[in-house]
Amino acid sequence: MNLADSSCPKLLSSMLQGFFQVTLILAILAAVAPLLGRYMARVFLGEETWLDRVISPVERVVFAGSGVLNGRPMTGGQYVRALLVSNLVMLVLVFAIFMLQGALPFNPTGLTAPSWDLALHTAISFTTNTNQQHYSGETTFTYFSQVGALGFLMFTSAATGIAVAIAFIRGLTGRPLGNFYTDLILSITRILLPISVVGAIALLVAGVPETFAGPAQATTLEGATQFIARGPVAHFEIIKQLGENGGGFFGINSAHPFENPNNFTNLLETVIMLVIPAGLILTYGILAGNPKQGWLIFWMVFIIFAIFIAIAAVGEVQGNPLVNQVLGSPQPNLEGKEVRFGPVLTAVWAIATTGTMCGAINGLHDSLMPSGGFLTLANLFLQIVWGGQGTGTAYLFVFLILTVFLTGLMVGRTPEFLGRKIEKREIVLASAILLVHPIAILIPAAITLAFPETLSGISNPGFHGISQVVYEYASAAANNGSGFEGLGDATLWWNLSASFSLLAGRYVPIVALIFLADGMARKQPVPETAGTLRTDTTLFTGVTAGAILILGALTFLPVLVLGPVAEAFNLG
Amino acid sequence: MTSSTLPLNQPGGPRQQRKHTPKANLSNLYQRAFQESFRKLDPRVMIKNPVMFVVWVGTLITALLTLNPNLFGVVEGENSALFNGLITLILLFTLLFANFAEAVAEGRGKAQADALRSTKSDTVARRLQSDGSTEEVSSTSLRRGDRIKVIAGDMIPADGEVIDGVASVDESAITGESAPVLKEPGSDVASSVTGGTRIISDELILQVTSDPGKGFIDRMIALVEGAERTKTPNEIALTVLLAVLTLVFLIVVATLPPSASYVNSPVGITLLIALLVALIPTTIGGLLSAIGIAGMDRVAQFNVVATSGRAVEACGDINTLVLDKTGTITLGNRLAEEFIPVNGYSETDVATAALAASVFDTTPEGKSIVRLAEKLGATVSFDKSKAEGVEFSARTRMSGTDLPDGGEIRKGAVDAIRGFVRSRGGHAPAELDQAFERVSRLGGTPLAVCQNSDIYGVIYLKDIIKPGIKERFDQLRRMGVRTVMLTGDNRITASVIAAEAGVDDFIAEATPEDKIQVIQTEQAQGKLVAMTGDGTNDAPALAQANVGVAMNSGTQAAKEAANMVDLDSDPTKLIDLVTIGKQLLITRGALTTFSLANDIAKYFAIIPAMFAAAGIEALNVMGLSSPRTAVLSALIYNALIIPALIPLALKGIEFRPLTANQLLQRNILIYGLGGIIAPFIAIKVIDVGVSAVTNF
Repeated sequence: MNLADSSCPKLLSSMLQGFFQVTLILAILAAVAPLLGRYMARVFLGEETWLDRVISPVERVVFAGSGVLNGRPMTGGQYVRALLVSNLVMLVLVFAIFMLQGALPFNPTGLTAPSWDLALHTAISFTTNTNQQHYSGETTFTYFSQVGALGFLMFTSAATGIAVAIAFIRGLTGRPLGNFYTDLILSITRILLPISVVGAIALLVAGVPETFAGPAQATTLEGATQFIARGPVAHFEIIKQLGENGGGFFGINSAHPFENPNNFTNLLETVIMLVIPAGLILTYGILAGNPKQGWLIFWMVFIIFAIFIAIAAVGEVQGNPLVNQVLGSPQPNLEGKEVRFGPVLTAVWAIATTGTMCGAINGLHDSLMPSGGFLTLANLFLQIVWGGQGTGTAYLFVFLILTVFLTGLMVGRTPEFLGRKIEKREIVLASAILLVHPIAILIPAAITLAFPETLSGISNPGFHGISQVVYEYASAAANNGSGFEGLGDATLWWNLSASFSLLAGRYVPIVALIFLADGMARKQPVPETAGTLRTDTTLFTGVTAGAILILGALTFLPVLVLGPVAEAFNLG
Repeated sequence: MTSSTLPLNQPGGPRQQRKHTPKANLSNLYQRAFQESFRKLDPRVMIKNPVMFVVWVGTLITALLTLNPNLFGVVEGENSALFNGLITLILLFTLLFANFAEAVAEGRGKAQADALRSTKSDTVARRLQSDGSTEEVSSTSLRRGDRIKVIAGDMIPADGEVIDGVASVDESAITGESAPVLKEPGSDVASSVTGGTRIISDELILQVTSDPGKGFIDRMIALVEGAERTKTPNEIALTVLLAVLTLVFLIVVATLPPSASYVNSPVGITLLIALLVALIPTTIGGLLSAIGIAGMDRVAQFNVVATSGRAVEACGDINTLVLDKTGTITLGNRLAEEFIPVNGYSETDVATAALAASVFDTTPEGKSIVRLAEKLGATVSFDKSKAEGVEFSARTRMSGTDLPDGGEIRKGAVDAIRGFVRSRGGHAPAELDQAFERVSRLGGTPLAVCQNSDIYGVIYLKDIIKPGIKERFDQLRRMGVRTVMLTGDNRITASVIAAEAGVDDFIAEATPEDKIQVIQTEQAQGKLVAMTGDGTNDAPALAQANVGVAMNSGTQAAKEAANMVDLDSDPTKLIDLVTIGKQLLITRGALTTFSLANDIAKYFAIIPAMFAAAGIEALNVMGLSSPRTAVLSALIYNALIIPALIPLALKGIEFRPLTANQLLQRNILIYGLGGIIAPFIAIKVIDVGVSAVTNF
């Protein structure tokens, strides 16, 4: 067979196949997001849903007498305090479990406590909904640590994000913020748990294991004995995706055949990680009484998302020019990929997982072509191409607010958003959010790169090394958790410096968001007239996209240029 | 847009010819601004503007690097004193241009203040003693509450309220209007005088209403000079955001060297500073305060004194204009047009009664009644010296004359007269209602005339709607501004005028209390309200309104309650003020957008130059000739764009009465998209020039 002749049609057919795969995922997303968005709106508006009949009796028993289901609305200060204290308690609890895991049950492989800094980093990482892992799950943590501690945080950290988004939306639209504990519980019982139960069963059926038994023993063809790690994977897997957690049961995450065995589970897991951030945008539209605005923002993000996927996928399908030169024909870049998913589905996953701050991976981002590396990094910097669980939606509105502030003057009025004036307080709080990323990413990255021998543990020097280091901190600060990998990151420096980025990236914006919403809620709304800048128009949505590009992306352009851009040009 | 409506859009359009700014000496404005721009290099001044302060520090560092290129260590090939010197020079010019912009804006105000100050000199005042004698004191020793006497030829030494005498006063020093104004006590509009104006006939007894240094002219001087100029809330918020963006870029640039060194493409300090200065929003940072000052200045050129920049900004935000019908919507004076007899009287009978009722009426309306009656042949049949005038009051809503024979002749609002007649035992005929309706439906004001219990007829006072006012209200509506007309007229008349003038709402038979109530109702809905007023009973409403414009002819109380004073006493200006406020905000927004959009091109100029060793030539999309010329060109553009935009910042962006969305679309295209594209072209052009004269 003549390779050179068959290569072009092959490339074309794999592009075509990829196109259908992408279209299917996007179509499912566009169909499911509004359903979920409407459902979440009903939950948080306190309206009846069809799940009430099943869950309400259970809730009444579990939370009997606590009053948590009907908590009083909180002020901004109370809300922030409740959130920080509850998160701190969970953090301490989980840290204790890790340090004592050797003495705790469900430890069939007899694992002992990890180093204190690794335990701390892991506890912070899961509390902040990041799930950055400087370890291999199956060989570091016991079943009890994984299910009891990490599984617990996967629900609560995701629910914290949703609660923040709902409080933020309520504040923007002039309502009281609500009660943190009530929203936290509702997020778990009405959104995360029901979807997880259904999703876990689907994964089980598709072949994902769920067992407390120790590793399976197998005898290989050569006659050697092999221990194959397994465990209670299915339920862990679904909340990992749904809650934008991303911390895999196994070290190689969703590339592992027990986490993500086939194309069906891959499709399910990809869609599941997108639905809540996408749905929340539409939930906003309903709560604000302006579904049109919700849809406009939804499509804005949808289009950016689709463009990113297209660029990344084309890059992977075209492959590495240096390799292609050797081969004499264009071949897709399959390094670091599972062959059962191929270049396109790996690219889709990479864009989705970095865009949504999920952080689960089904292929190594380290091995993506520079265009993919560029876009995954850009996703982490922007944090709004769907964005993190709850927080992504809030960031979108922060960008809307900043856009209103910068361009709104051009209609001849002082800027207002949703009928409320944007003044110094709002700008100070939004600025805090703008500042977090440069501080939590660029500064530690610069320190690490200044001492490459002692600190960095970079595996590929040169431009790629910069990408590795920046990616690690960006992933921490954006609460994504995925790794570029190839980095020797289980060191004291990495654990502690990444912990700083994790905490700053999570709590500074959350506190700012809550106070921002609280202040907005107290403002006297200004009635809308023909002279009011309408934010629910295609024009304004387009302007916002431009502002996001300038404010969000230009900040990181120099570092992107030294990383993936320079790498791309040097590949030829 | 037709040419006939075009001038109306522009502030000052229709009135351009009546613009009389006090004569300010602008001849050496630029010379003074040039000197000022160096004086402002003082770090204590610079630090107030965080963006430009960063440039200032950068300039200092590059200057040091010019003297000793290896001051901060040797970076291969980047230690050229010439290059560093050029960068230093460009940065210095960036600073000077920004200072110059501010100095020019301030200079206009200063010149105006100087002109005003020349009217203010220590004069001798005649203070009245308790025994009625006068003592001569210096004007600076006058205190609030003192009584003084001024006679023809005197400069009035302090702001005051006329308590006795009638005199004409030349107020051209503050209004520029050369025709003298009549001042007399007791009248709301004509009883206040301003220090610094000149009395040109007769004499007045005044009660001083301000302490020295706190008079109207003093306040005006402070305002136009910018001494009291504090940043508006929006300016503060924008300054915060610009400072944060500067900080973000500072972090971006400061963290670059380790990465650059890591990939063996080290960068020198000069290049880092160049990148930083190019990225931080220097354009808007340099022009921001000039835009604000120029906005105040435009108001001043319009002969309106604003007490704060905040008030000017608030004009742009106004949702509702509360307008007095008379003087704003209609020409000030209603004129008698026709006498309509009832009860079988003839037209001449009505004219005679109307004349009798109006002989003591000095209002323009009263005088026009007299004129019309005399034209119809009516004469006064009684001894005027023995008769007594009855003044109009808001309570009785009628005026008239008590005749020597005891007869009471009255004219006034129809229902007021009806009540008067009933109280005298008479009753109103049905024809009266018909006449009332007829006049009202014409948009006129019907005044009934009666003698004792007998109604003679109705006077038709014709109101003339100002030409062009309907178009202006249409424009306001398109801008989302609602207009509410207040009038003492009856409902029918009010509705006719309202419909003809095209106001959105009206309040008929309004009292001063209604004014404040309208404002409060609108404000309760979150709207910002603007109004004009001149009387003392307008003061509470002026204070309540978000923008209250007092007429200069109004009382001191009104002027103190208001946040703007119109020196021309033209209430229609309120509409122009809305435009000026919007213009100010649009200018600020447009230049901010432009400044930030410029960053894209500057990135594409400097980044490839900076990391030339990293093999990213392909990013040099402009094809700039060498890394050094690229950096120089970007910085030269960055410096030159400031003076290039000074005229726009001072003049303000042309305002068109469009809806918010149309405005956004238009301005985003010009200043957003333009801000992205323009620097690509400009930097390329500059690069061609730079590479032609240097061999970098």
